[in-house]
Amino acid sequence: MGAPLIGARIPRKEDYRFLTGAGQYTDDVTLPRQTYAAFVRSPHAHAKIKSVNTAKAKGAPGVLGVYTGEEIAAAKLGGLPCGWLITDVNGQPMKEPPYPVIAQGKVRHVGERVAVVVAETQEQARDAAELVQVDYEVLQAVADGRLARAKGAPQLHDIAPDNTCYVWALGDKAAVDAAFAKAAHVTKLDFVNNRLIPNAIEPRAANGSYSRADDSYTLYVSSQNPHVERLLMTAFVMGLPEHKVRVVAPDVGGGFGSKIYLYGEDVVVTWASKQLGRPVKWTADRSESYVSDAHGRDHHTIAELAMDKDGKFLAMRVKTTANVGAYLSTFASCIPTILYATLLAGQYTTPVIHAEVTAVFTNTAPVDAYRGAGRPEATYVVERLVETAAREMKMDPAEIRRKNFIRSFPYQTPVALLYDTGNYDATMDAAQKLADVAGYAARKKASEAKGKLRGLGYAAYIEACGIAPSAVAGSLGARAGLYEAGEVRVHPTGTVTVFTGSHSHGQGHETTFAQVVADRLGLPVENVDIVHGDTSKILFGMGTYGSRSIAVGGTAIVKALDKIIAKGKKIAAHLLEASESDIEYANGEFKVAGTDKKKMFGEVAFAAYVPHNYPHDKLEPGLNENAFYDPSNFTFPAGTYVCEVEVDPETGVVKIERWSAVDDFGKIINPMIVEGQVHGGLAQGIGQAMTEGAKYDSHGQLVTGSFMDYCIPRADDLPSFQVDTRETPCTHNPLGVKGCGEAGAIGAPAALINAITDALGVKDIPMPATPQTVWRALQQKKAA
Amino acid sequence: MAVKVSMKVNGKPVSADVEARTLLVTFIREHLRLTGTHVGCDTAQCGACTVHMNGKAVKSCSMLAMQAEGADILTIEGLAKADGTLHPMQAAFKEHHGLQCGFCTPGMVMNAVDFAARHPNASEQEVREALDGNLCRCTGYHNIVKSIVAGSKAMAGAK
Repeated sequence: MGAPLIGARIPRKEDYRFLTGAGQYTDDVTLPRQTYAAFVRSPHAHAKIKSVNTAKAKGAPGVLGVYTGEEIAAAKLGGLPCGWLITDVNGQPMKEPPYPVIAQGKVRHVGERVAVVVAETQEQARDAAELVQVDYEVLQAVADGRLARAKGAPQLHDIAPDNTCYVWALGDKAAVDAAFAKAAHVTKLDFVNNRLIPNAIEPRAANGSYSRADDSYTLYVSSQNPHVERLLMTAFVMGLPEHKVRVVAPDVGGGFGSKIYLYGEDVVVTWASKQLGRPVKWTADRSESYVSDAHGRDHHTIAELAMDKDGKFLAMRVKTTANVGAYLSTFASCIPTILYATLLAGQYTTPVIHAEVTAVFTNTAPVDAYRGAGRPEATYVVERLVETAAREMKMDPAEIRRKNFIRSFPYQTPVALLYDTGNYDATMDAAQKLADVAGYAARKKASEAKGKLRGLGYAAYIEACGIAPSAVAGSLGARAGLYEAGEVRVHPTGTVTVFTGSHSHGQGHETTFAQVVADRLGLPVENVDIVHGDTSKILFGMGTYGSRSIAVGGTAIVKALDKIIAKGKKIAAHLLEASESDIEYANGEFKVAGTDKKKMFGEVAFAAYVPHNYPHDKLEPGLNENAFYDPSNFTFPAGTYVCEVEVDPETGVVKIERWSAVDDFGKIINPMIVEGQVHGGLAQGIGQAMTEGAKYDSHGQLVTGSFMDYCIPRADDLPSFQVDTRETPCTHNPLGVKGCGEAGAIGAPAALINAITDALGVKDIPMPATPQTVWRALQQKKAA
Repeated sequence: MAVKVSMKVNGKPVSADVEARTLLVTFIREHLRLTGTHVGCDTAQCGACTVHMNGKAVKSCSMLAMQAEGADILTIEGLAKADGTLHPMQAAFKEHHGLQCGFCTPGMVMNAVDFAARHPNASEQEVREALDGNLCRCTGYHNIVKSIVAGSKAMAGAK
């Protein structure tokens, strides 16, 4: 055997095709007799549709069909469903207004679908879309979540008075109030967690085709979870038999949450393909992505932390207004509740916590999960409070954290989660060393000598990943199970194809999962291929989000591998004329214990498919097993980030001088890939804190609608990162893994804002802390 | 209005009748079916469509196919050797994990090859500045920068 595969920096199997232009993304798929769709979108944030005149568009060159909300209603296509029911403080279900695939009588955000034109070429479809005449009666709009419940605010949905989707709460309010009454010190912050636009570099795309031959549909779509997409589309929207629809998510150019959901465009191209008897492809341009992809975050929060005189946390009180946009996207309702308030304990023993969340509708694009999904918002609350508290109490920010760390596991938090394991001192110690905190004072002096301001900030985050135990999720309102499926197919010659319900759109599953399989089977990694993203090949899947793939999808594969090895032992026992209990499997060999009698993995596989000498009375031929895995708990990755910045007080420009990240992801399969995930997450977290922010004006117009107005970080906005890991294995899955995809985006914003406020000597600064914002904060401080 | 365009793409002469407004990237993707060149935006910001025209990196979304009349175009499909051996820059991206979802990758690599040819010993900071016209949402650029520094050295060594 060669070097161990678990923990090896194996270059990625998928890279060759991506590096040579051989990747197959949805827009690369062009089918015979392909047609092209272009959507007519609302230019208004809120308006009644008085009429839609399609006559001119229908007569334009190449046009094959024009469909409006009327045709969609006539076809009885249902609205897009929400996958999570939140029950409000009064025990009532959340308000779920209809979310039509094409607007019905009213538009509620800029970019909402009003009509679709299908034509022979994309240019013809776009030209004709401009000829669709829509007569709108423009209504007052509300875009800011803080104003949605104000008296006289424009009302979006009849069934949601005061634009309120729900008021939800978690925790013991009376105990929290009592603890606050006794506190020696209370730290309070009032801030906005800025709205973000995910911006995967591949825009969304969908290509639907209908086959009259067997009355079936195929949808190619840029999606993170093809099975869920199919389930929602067939059962809830189109009323089609699930087995007559195949959804393929081929190579997907990034998701970050925005491609979890079922979107109206996916439904429309699928439906239209039957109307026209030809495949219909739609590919978003970037401007469409900005106004029609689900956005992320957008919270307004007032948060308080109560302490005793020594800085021991006594209680936390959080009140959040979450802007969910104009409609409820697929998982919108659970993000600011179940994935947010449950994380407010952070790494600390805060004994009582109460959170109240009000979700409001506004005339903006729907808001749903974006990398981290609720957990970055929670971490921002906790870690901004803790750092501010340390400053107010004149304590070292690392020491106040250590004073309150959870050190005994399992630990039941006051906000529903049971942490199975963790070692927060280990990541804090390592991060402080990596960041050379000891040398900080000298560096600060050197900056001051140059007329610059230097600051240092921490964030000690925790996240709940490996989503999720289905029964727990169900009791909290999930309308789906959250297990994962895997299948291991051993071919007659002993090579292996693995089918997984997880989906890879940059995470490198084709390599990581192959390492797990090759390690367990003792085979070369080249002998294992991973297949994902096609409902016709994979038995089922819940897809990839919430850093769940290795912990849930990986474990499903391990369970299937256990079955393969168990069956292999039976076959080997027969071939070796030994007792099954004497067969051991290691390094690709089935061996009779204590002897040199053995059969290679390939020999056993061959015997299973060419069963001339085979225990037919006990076993079926073949070597193919599948497994479903439903986790018993969430996993809890945690870590500490230390950010050091230098600020130019003349210009407000913030330079990140050092970024040190130490994460505890449990066991790590491929450190190279894990580091890449951390880098990418950090970049998005730094983007949130320093460069990105979706802005709607008071009329509900998105004023940050392109890469020129909405700044995703460029290479020279970011530093090189110093990253390291500590390993406390997860206690409840066989690989000991926790997940790593979101950590960077969760921990980075608080660390960076803590560093900037430290440098400036101010209590708070809004995100994104652009040079202008920083410069203004300094001027205000001077004036005060 | 249809016009005839002729050029060399990845060493092979091609010609076609296209609408005058056809972008070079549309010609490459839709007419030649070379789909390795990607479109990630509509404002010439993301660089996913970067190809070489007469040896220089250009954004193929920002010019008409007609403007490439008679030119020598190299796309990502033409970069590796005929036997499949990766170009040193492609190999460096693989070795240093300079790609994740792969969508920005062809543009990154094409820009990097042009940049490295002109700046064989570029520093990390110079590489970061040279990537101003290429957006990546997955990698945080950390490993792209490492890849380009290493790929530049490998290209210089291979000469």
